[in-house]
Amino acid sequence: MFGDPIYRDGVDWGDVALMGFKVLLAFVFLLVATMFMVWFERKVVGDMQNRIGPNVAGPWGLLQTFADGVKFFFKEDLKPANSDPLIFRLAPYLSAVTAFVAFAIVPVGGVFREGEIDTGTVTLFGKETYLQVADPPIGILLLLAVSSIAVYGVMLAGWASGSKYPLLGSVRASAQAISYEAALGLSVVAVVLLAGTLSTHGIVAEQAGGLRSWFWLATGVVPFGVFLIAATAELNRPPFDLVEAEQELVGGFHTEYSSIRFALFFLAEFMNVITMSAIMVTLFFGGPAGPIFFGLDWLWPTVWFFAKVLVFLFVFVWFRATLPRLRYDQLMHLGWKVLIPMMLGWLLVFAAIRQHRLDNVDTAVAIVVGLVLAIGATALLMAAFSAGDRAYERENTIKDEVGG
Amino acid sequence: MIDLIVFLVAAAICLVGAVGVVVARNPVHSALMLVMTLFGIAVHFVAQEAHFLAAVQVIVYAGAIVVMFLFVIMLLGVDVHTKLDLGGLKGQRVAAAAFGVVGLGVLVFLMTRVEDGITSQPAGTPIDPNTPDINQLAHSLFDQYVFAFELTSVLLIIAVIGAVILSRKPRPELEESQGGES
Repeated sequence: MFGDPIYRDGVDWGDVALMGFKVLLAFVFLLVATMFMVWFERKVVGDMQNRIGPNVAGPWGLLQTFADGVKFFFKEDLKPANSDPLIFRLAPYLSAVTAFVAFAIVPVGGVFREGEIDTGTVTLFGKETYLQVADPPIGILLLLAVSSIAVYGVMLAGWASGSKYPLLGSVRASAQAISYEAALGLSVVAVVLLAGTLSTHGIVAEQAGGLRSWFWLATGVVPFGVFLIAATAELNRPPFDLVEAEQELVGGFHTEYSSIRFALFFLAEFMNVITMSAIMVTLFFGGPAGPIFFGLDWLWPTVWFFAKVLVFLFVFVWFRATLPRLRYDQLMHLGWKVLIPMMLGWLLVFAAIRQHRLDNVDTAVAIVVGLVLAIGATALLMAAFSAGDRAYERENTIKDEVGG
Repeated sequence: MIDLIVFLVAAAICLVGAVGVVVARNPVHSALMLVMTLFGIAVHFVAQEAHFLAAVQVIVYAGAIVVMFLFVIMLLGVDVHTKLDLGGLKGQRVAAAAFGVVGLGVLVFLMTRVEDGITSQPAGTPIDPNTPDINQLAHSLFDQYVFAFELTSVLLIIAVIGAVILSRKPRPELEESQGGES
């Protein structure tokens, strides 16, 4: 069966109250986590660049973000004369709200055991439920839907500002987000194919058997790599932060924003980093799975979950501190010509290997046929790319001669 | 009761959005109103237990197609003050009104026949309640109607290639210089 057990026998007011509690908990958690994420990023980048980083407000500068937030509230809220007033105000909320919604599908705890039908539940206030805000039947598709709505926030912000640099930034951002969403979706397909369900809870339950059922080979290398790169691009994080390339676009889509509206964009960006890390842990690293040592059974999975998320948060900060920004054509090249074909090829081989069991074909035969097909397809694709490059070069040289 | 409230709210969202698309002066506002309508329809889908359709509605229509609309509107830099009533086709308004009335008549006629004809089972109940709707959808798409499905994809590819060919400008100076070289 699928769906949160809390809904199985009708919904009463207690269930509604419990859901409200969960939503509030997730909301507060995300806000506080964002606060510390900003601090964490500044501190780690500072360390990597041999600086100290924030160290004045609170112990180790922990309250720096809080101080910044308070300051943002009291700043003057500017609105450019050329802007579209309604959409200029709407855009930051579109960004921030979508950032909150995506986290709803992440299971943050619960003991998952292999083979149990109804695994990963906890009892809160005498009611059996999942430790996640919602487990909709579309599951992971909600992430894709929400991130496709998040594009609007950035795009409309740039357009509504009514000036050139924000518009350029927002066009870049939406083109980038749409391009990488394809790769992101394809890598999610690999996980869904293996787990046999869209529900995030189901995906985690499928990985419950410890290390050996973490889908190492099938999704651990290629789809995970593609997902990590595509997620970084989707988040507009360095090295894919062409959206706000300071040297070219001043600040990109949020150039004209000030005060609390700017803070909302900032909040959304860091919140999305946390959500994407959590989604990666859920899809590829077993979510809250991990050994339970002593005492509180229900506490350990949550601890493991946050430990894993922290690793990915560090990875994102690490990217920022070490990788130089891509050029825009390199970005598009990577997205369309490398990641998407690679993921499609992997899906082809993967689906063939899965299907052979149903058709009673020998495993070795299936793997060989799959590999031969994949290599053939890659060769064809490479030939097409090089032909395209040659045609492009030929045209350009002729153009130079004619125009020159 | 809850079903009725959900229906009324979603229908109101759809209608306000649809009217807004036509009424709004600014094309960007129109596009956003369209997104609102699409969202209302997605809510209707969820209320009918068609979860996958709802997700696709948001991802494909709201997330990709309207974004493309916005792209075009923004890049062309359509002015807010563009006069939209530039005459148009002769007799277009009369024809539009006539066809509108006919369409409404057909719709009302169909709605009176819903009871005995269209719905063989009550709304909101999946065909097979024990399998998720995405599995049932996959079975009809890739099993039962796979030929039609593949034909559709061929049609889309033809459309894409046609668009690429049409949008490539013929460059006479290029052809000449190529001819001269060879």
